[in-house]
Amino acid sequence: MPRLLFEKTGSAVWISHLDLMRLFQRAFQRAGLPLTHTQGFNPRPSVSIALPLSVGVESACELLDFALDGESVPCEEIRERLNRALTAGVRVLSVYENGGKIRNLALLKCKIVLEYDRGIPDGAVEKIPELFAGDSLIVEKKGKSGITQQDIRPMIRRIALRETDGQTLTLSALICCQNPTLNPMQITAAIERYLPGCAPDFAKYRRLEIYDREENIFR
Amino acid sequence: MTELLQRILPTVQKPARYTGGEFNEIQKDPASVRVRVAFCFPDTYEIGMSNVGMRILYGVMNRMEGVWCQRVFAPWGDMEEAMRRHGLPLWALESQKPVKDFDMIAFTIGYEMSYSNILNMLRLAGVPLRSADRTGLKNIVFAGGVCAFNPEPLADFIDFFSLGEGEDITVEIVSLYDHAKAESWSKEVFLREVSKIPGVYVPSFYRHEYNADGTLASVTALDGAPKMVTKRIVEDLDTAYWPSEMIVPSTEIVHDRANREVFRGCIRGCRFCQAGFSCRPVRKKSPQVLYRQAVETLENSGHNEMTLSSLSTSDYRGLKELTDALIPYCAEHRVNLSVPSLRADNFSRELMERLQTVRKSGLTFAPEAGTQRLRDVINKNLTEDEILTTCANAFSGGWSNVKLYFMLGLPTETDEDVLGIAELVYKVMETWKAYGTSRKRGLRIHVATAYFVPKPHTPFQWEKQIPPEEYLRRCRLLKSHLYSKAVEYDYHGPELSRLEAVFARGDRRLGRVIEEAVRLGARLDGWDEYFDHSIWQRAFETCGVDPDFYTVRGYGEEEILPWDTIDVGVRKDFLRRERRKAYEGTVTPDCRQGCAGCGANRLLREVDCDA
Repeated sequence: MPRLLFEKTGSAVWISHLDLMRLFQRAFQRAGLPLTHTQGFNPRPSVSIALPLSVGVESACELLDFALDGESVPCEEIRERLNRALTAGVRVLSVYENGGKIRNLALLKCKIVLEYDRGIPDGAVEKIPELFAGDSLIVEKKGKSGITQQDIRPMIRRIALRETDGQTLTLSALICCQNPTLNPMQITAAIERYLPGCAPDFAKYRRLEIYDREENIFR
Repeated sequence: MTELLQRILPTVQKPARYTGGEFNEIQKDPASVRVRVAFCFPDTYEIGMSNVGMRILYGVMNRMEGVWCQRVFAPWGDMEEAMRRHGLPLWALESQKPVKDFDMIAFTIGYEMSYSNILNMLRLAGVPLRSADRTGLKNIVFAGGVCAFNPEPLADFIDFFSLGEGEDITVEIVSLYDHAKAESWSKEVFLREVSKIPGVYVPSFYRHEYNADGTLASVTALDGAPKMVTKRIVEDLDTAYWPSEMIVPSTEIVHDRANREVFRGCIRGCRFCQAGFSCRPVRKKSPQVLYRQAVETLENSGHNEMTLSSLSTSDYRGLKELTDALIPYCAEHRVNLSVPSLRADNFSRELMERLQTVRKSGLTFAPEAGTQRLRDVINKNLTEDEILTTCANAFSGGWSNVKLYFMLGLPTETDEDVLGIAELVYKVMETWKAYGTSRKRGLRIHVATAYFVPKPHTPFQWEKQIPPEEYLRRCRLLKSHLYSKAVEYDYHGPELSRLEAVFARGDRRLGRVIEEAVRLGARLDGWDEYFDHSIWQRAFETCGVDPDFYTVRGYGEEEILPWDTIDVGVRKDFLRRERRKAYEGTVTPDCRQGCAGCGANRLLREVDCDA
């Protein structure tokens, strides 16, 4: 099945996962690229997005699988036609004739920008890396069946902190994104729980790159 | 987008409705823009973006050189709270600039219970509510839409109203403003000049005086303002502007599909229906033009659903030709075509079978009244026989869902008419027993009753609304006669429809009530989550206004009506005649069987009424 890599930035980050699927279905239609439809009582155009992205999070590495109805169109042409038909902030970066098996997608590199309106708290630059240096880090996770405790540490392969300016700290992390899945927002939640003095006024998230288990870029 | 908004968005529901940036949104170079219009819809994004009128006028204004029309919607409660907490004024989606920086602020008003939203939006924008408190040319507030046909409850707040269809008049208004701004006119000069545009009503140019009993004593046109203002219409729909490049929302809205309006006006004359009279005369649109525009709209938007809309689509003469062309196109492109507002005639039955969508939605009838006698009174010529025949066909074709809509409190209604609803429902069940095929699923009948609201510019504009307690008694009476498990019967409380009746026929004294209610926190009254009847009760009490004056009292035929200054085309004499016929139980055949002489054809100069 053909696959495309797209980015989601700017005001488009507020579009939900379900709405984004609908948005792509319409963009394919506008681009004159009819999609095949699912079977069943209520046929839907077949598009599927690999890892649902939380609302408000930017990404440079989203994958979408699709199947075109009718004659094949060169990948580069699909990219160009779709980009003309897409909403600002959603942009196709590349189109591939085939992709790797989604179950091999394992790791995500992400960036978390911690914003401190009154300046970076004293000691935050030391305390935050220390927090993630241990073997275990329990954070509350809100799920369908209520609040559970989740150990996020085993799902963080690497994490680094950098002072961007006097008011922002940037965390770069390589984390598990599938079986098990760590939502990067849980990293901020850990800081808020264990280092309340270092809790940011606001945090911004961006997905940078995705990998398989061996840290090869996944497409 | 501001840093502040970025921080608020994660904390509110459905943030995508506040960001703009959708496909086909109009952006302009700020340096080339002379007139900025903040086009406000007094409800949420999901409702407002479903409004076809707003989409047409957005295109009309943005086609004008030097004019940038931008959209504004009412925020949901969580966003409103955040805006107040952070001191963030209401903004327009396209440029994200505050509404108070705009030259003109326009509202389209289709529902009386959105009046609180209009004031609340002005308040959130930081714009003075009362016209008299906005002294400059900046922030001129004007409004159009069906509710402008009785604009008086809003007379204190809106500088002027634009009556009728907006395709032409809006251009004239905005062009005049462009000129006025270039020449630095005062607001007074602008209002005087804009009142000369046919279809513009400036409430401050009219003095309303009242009798001791509260009725209107006189309406005086001041400074040479016209005695009557006649609504505007578009005569030739084939050449009228239609935006093929419409905004495609990035988040789900209520009517999330392409929409083509097939004609305007209505030949039916149901005596309770405001649209049926105030949207006359009937004007056709050719099937060829419609087909071309439908295909353009679908190709440009990428929608996989399209609706053909009008007040009564079965009455569109070109329906066969249009659907013969559109159905194959939609099948090929996997577009779901839906045709609501069909009558229960033979052609429509065939058409429904050709459209797959009926399978999902089931059958919907609006007999409005339970007995033929009362249906004759209201001139709703849908017979029991037509309903049952259509049900029989549908049941044998495998359908098993029926929705039936009625009104309670119609003029002359008795308990016999109320029980007639139960009887009709019983007959639908009998029809199911005789013809039903999908036994496994079983029959579902959904019955809904609305509380009748008398509307201006209809033959029932003088009628009493029945008291709320009486409405509830009739609901309970009906409920006690619907005992089958297959029947589901819902009725809403009377509060909202009672207020709707107050404002629909209200006068200028209600302005203070709306202002007070908004001060007490009224907004989003159309939403169960926010509607608080006690706020309105307090507002009426504080202002010393009795809601019953506008509802259960009824209006005298010789009384001066607040909306008498507004001419929608249909003559008052005709409405009186229709009212008399209603009481006699005499039907008026539809306009195609013979012109009933409503007078709306006077509005046409280039073409004849297409009834």
